[in-house]
Amino acid sequence: MAETTRPLTETHEIHKRRFGRNVGTALCLLGFCAVVFGLTIAKVREGGLLEANDHVPRASVLPVTEDSQ
Amino acid sequence: MSDFTAQTLTETRTGDPEAGFGDYVALLKPRVMSLVVFTALVGLLVAPGGTSPMIGFTAILFIALGAGASGALNMWYDADIDAVMKRTAKRPVPAGKVPAGEALTLGLWLSALSVVMLGLATNWVAAALLAFTIFFYAVVYSMWLKRATPWNIVIGGAAGAFPPVIGWAAVTGDVSLASILMFGLIFMWTPPHFWALALFMKSDYHKAKVPMLTVTHGRAETRRQILIYTVLLVPVALGLAFTSVAGPVYLAAAIVLNAIFLKGAWDIWRRDEAMAEVDGYAVEKKVFKFSLLYLFLHFGALLADAIWRVI
Repeated sequence: MAETTRPLTETHEIHKRRFGRNVGTALCLLGFCAVVFGLTIAKVREGGLLEANDHVPRASVLPVTEDSQ
Repeated sequence: MSDFTAQTLTETRTGDPEAGFGDYVALLKPRVMSLVVFTALVGLLVAPGGTSPMIGFTAILFIALGAGASGALNMWYDADIDAVMKRTAKRPVPAGKVPAGEALTLGLWLSALSVVMLGLATNWVAAALLAFTIFFYAVVYSMWLKRATPWNIVIGGAAGAFPPVIGWAAVTGDVSLASILMFGLIFMWTPPHFWALALFMKSDYHKAKVPMLTVTHGRAETRRQILIYTVLLVPVALGLAFTSVAGPVYLAAAIVLNAIFLKGAWDIWRRDEAMAEVDGYAVEKKVFKFSLLYLFLHFGALLADAIWRVI
């Protein structure tokens, strides 16, 4: 029985499948980055409880005084 | 070495085929995911307080991914059963497209990712509920109940009933009567829905040694159980109408849909196998199709009432 051979440079079905898998994985990773970015923006905008360290006393931990009311 | 070709390269990999991207997507049971997305979305939208669209989108995305992860874990564990049954033999693991170990790895990583991301995006109550749902489906249902008892569908149905509770918790951070009743609606709906299918699908569960009610207790008993669970479903569905999330649209829809579903269950109970064989299980098929519409319209009506309130 004659063996059918194809040149190494020819794209085999397995290469197409592998390419499809790589593209799918890349799109998933890009999508995940976009979701994390979008989520970060949404959380910062929501940000009622955010209180970053800006080298001044945090108002929420200071004792309540007459001046602060 | 000139005869070293791509073909011979493939042949060396016989028995270890490379999966396509679609095979990994199939592991996540996308059709089941659509029901999860819809019910979780309704749970999230009807919850008091609301949330930003981006956070809501992220919550639904990771609830769906968690459901997909549990599907992958189920396919890993049930590969032996799936290989025996005609309906499931073409799934990626039994078909030899994806190695079982990869399905397990994917399931575990996606479980961790979805729970952590849901916790970070919303709150840890919702994340804990998602983690429990994955555990319930993968361990309690797949590893234990499915092979042990004919009531596997009844108890295992809880896994499919959690999404609206998680959607609700993603907004409110708690579990309320309304979200419990949404859970109850899906939980009580699952047995009649699945057993109606089991009556006319005549799956080869016995070959796979999975104890299904139609095999262990007979088809007449299955018909009786469909009626019993439908009768129990009605007060849960109507009870939801009297919570804060429902309104006139839901009440009207629930009355009509439950009357039709109850009539269908009654018709199934009144028939025997001989009658069903004559018309090719027409009633059972009709009730099964209607059961899909039943759940969709109940949650759709909740959504309509939520929109009504905003307008």
